[in-house]
Amino acid sequence: MASVDIRDVRKSYGSVEVLHGVSVPIKNGEFVVLVGPSGCGKSTLLRMIAGLENITGGTVSIGDRVVNNIHPKERDIAMVFQNYALYPHMTVADNMAFSLKLKNTDKAIIKAQVDKAAGILGLGNLLDRYPRQLSGGQRQRVAMGRAIVRDPQVFLFDEPLSNLDAKLRVAMRAEIKELHQRLKTTTIYVTHDQIEAMTMADKIVVMHDGYIEQIGAPLDLYDNPQNQFVAGFIGSPSMNFINGTLRVEGGQPMLETASGTKMPLASAPSASAGRAIVSGVRPEHFTIADDGVDAEVIVVEPTGSETQLVAKMAGHDIVAIFRERYDFQPGQKVKLKPRPDVVHLFDKETGKRI
Amino acid sequence: MTDAALPATRDRPMREPTSWERLRSNRDWLGFWFMVPTVLLLGVFLAYPLFLGIWLSFTNTKIGRVGKFIGLENYEWLMDDKVFWLSVTNTLLYTVVASVAKFAIGLYLALLLNKHMPFKAMIRAVVLIPFIVPTVLSAIAFWWIYDSQFSIVSWLLRKAGFITTNINFLGDPWNARWSTIFANVWRGIPFVAITLLAGLQTVSPSLYEAATLDGATGWQRFRYITYPILTPIIAVVMTFSVLFTFTDFQLIWAMTRGGPVNATHLMATLSYQRAILGGNMGEGAAIATAMIPFLLAAVLVSWFGLQRRKWQAGVGND
Repeated sequence: MASVDIRDVRKSYGSVEVLHGVSVPIKNGEFVVLVGPSGCGKSTLLRMIAGLENITGGTVSIGDRVVNNIHPKERDIAMVFQNYALYPHMTVADNMAFSLKLKNTDKAIIKAQVDKAAGILGLGNLLDRYPRQLSGGQRQRVAMGRAIVRDPQVFLFDEPLSNLDAKLRVAMRAEIKELHQRLKTTTIYVTHDQIEAMTMADKIVVMHDGYIEQIGAPLDLYDNPQNQFVAGFIGSPSMNFINGTLRVEGGQPMLETASGTKMPLASAPSASAGRAIVSGVRPEHFTIADDGVDAEVIVVEPTGSETQLVAKMAGHDIVAIFRERYDFQPGQKVKLKPRPDVVHLFDKETGKRI
Repeated sequence: MTDAALPATRDRPMREPTSWERLRSNRDWLGFWFMVPTVLLLGVFLAYPLFLGIWLSFTNTKIGRVGKFIGLENYEWLMDDKVFWLSVTNTLLYTVVASVAKFAIGLYLALLLNKHMPFKAMIRAVVLIPFIVPTVLSAIAFWWIYDSQFSIVSWLLRKAGFITTNINFLGDPWNARWSTIFANVWRGIPFVAITLLAGLQTVSPSLYEAATLDGATGWQRFRYITYPILTPIIAVVMTFSVLFTFTDFQLIWAMTRGGPVNATHLMATLSYQRAILGGNMGEGAAIATAMIPFLLAAVLVSWFGLQRRKWQAGVGND
């Protein structure tokens, strides 16, 4: 186990810079998730840590060692690939034993290690099978087994659950998290799925276009997104954004939309009136109240545990979720009130939190 | 609900289909109908000439004279025919040496071409040239390169001071053997290289990355990843290569016609010489038929090699 320090790392392909100086400190034993939309540079960053890509600028350290110019096999890391990258001509046992075999490890030790990993992952009765004879989830587990057998300083996961169906993904998510709780190995996990990030991470790194937007604990990102991108990316269904202008009427700050609708805000942000702002409201932070804003129901989606509502409010399509069961009809007028204390305000120009 | 209601829906009784109609619409027969064109093509152009050839080998047919069935007499003669046995030895030497060389160089080239390099597409196209040039044309080119007086190789070596007299490439038995083998290798490499390259490109790059992280060196990646995964393709390519080489005719005929003193006669060229030029169709057919066991053996070796690999990769169980 070791800490990992990514400091001002840059990556260019020719004249195109895809990572613009990112820094992520990772503590020993931490589970860090790099999350962001496709093309944000998260996989590139992971591959640079693994040594599969050259580092254009900055340093990557594992433990106390700068590994920029250290060969991948000397970095003492193990990686789980999106397509598992299992050797198709080797059995499960041989796949897991491959790295030890290359090190000329004693056969008895190899067997003990493989059996131990197989025990942890429940692969005991599959050791003689070939990858093609396994289901997606089993292959995923073999890929993890191959990583565990090596007992590395750091685990790297590159979108490991993308190729699984939805139900299996949820199960494997819990399995990986449990595995981390057991082994306590430092883990860096790349995904584009914010749910995976939220459920598994000790610390989430949100990336976008080669920059880090925010680093923090899952609920910290959820409750205090530093900018509009993070606010919209974290959470499902995503946060509603309502454009408008900041007004103060009789000491009460308000958001006034283009259509003239006014929504009261909890506190006056340190900004002058007349500033163009975006108000962000999470779907679960709406209530039905007589002093709410007029909205027209478009679609109602009851899921049993909650009622999800798509409605038109002040010229915006918004999504609201209620724990109560409401019997709305399409076209019906309702009054929706955002809870002022949990409304997020962002600058229209910069997208930064106000 | 009464039973009387039922017949009303069947006022037009269904006619029993005739056997011809059944034959036309039956699913099992449908497959047969689809196969008919292929069966005809294969029968007329493959099976018929093959069996005609085998049949001829049991007769004393000469050009211009219908022969009689003479049993195994042609083969008995061949058993005592030193030239025939020389041609068998030549063919085996030619096939083994050329195939091994083609495989080694072809694989090496494929591995090189699979690397990232500038002008990749152009280099790949250039590699294909020996394969594209008509065989006879390249044979004539080699004939010229090997010419006893005007050989460019002899000229270069003489200019460089390595030799004082021209090399007798095609006039000396062993020189002629190696020269024809070299020409065959030159011609056969592109097929092996390009096909293996296609195979290499199906190997997922992440396997190499995983192996690199697992600590494999370049050689170990080849030995434990590339080679085993490539085995099925190697088996197919080398089977074809062996078949082509064993039955080679054009190169030899254009360069040496089997000479000198039958040193480069292959079974195919000898068969042609005896049957067409010599007029002894029966004997020529017997030589050609004698090639079949060797070819079958080559196919069987690769067949069983493939079967094992198939199982290893687990494909057989899908």
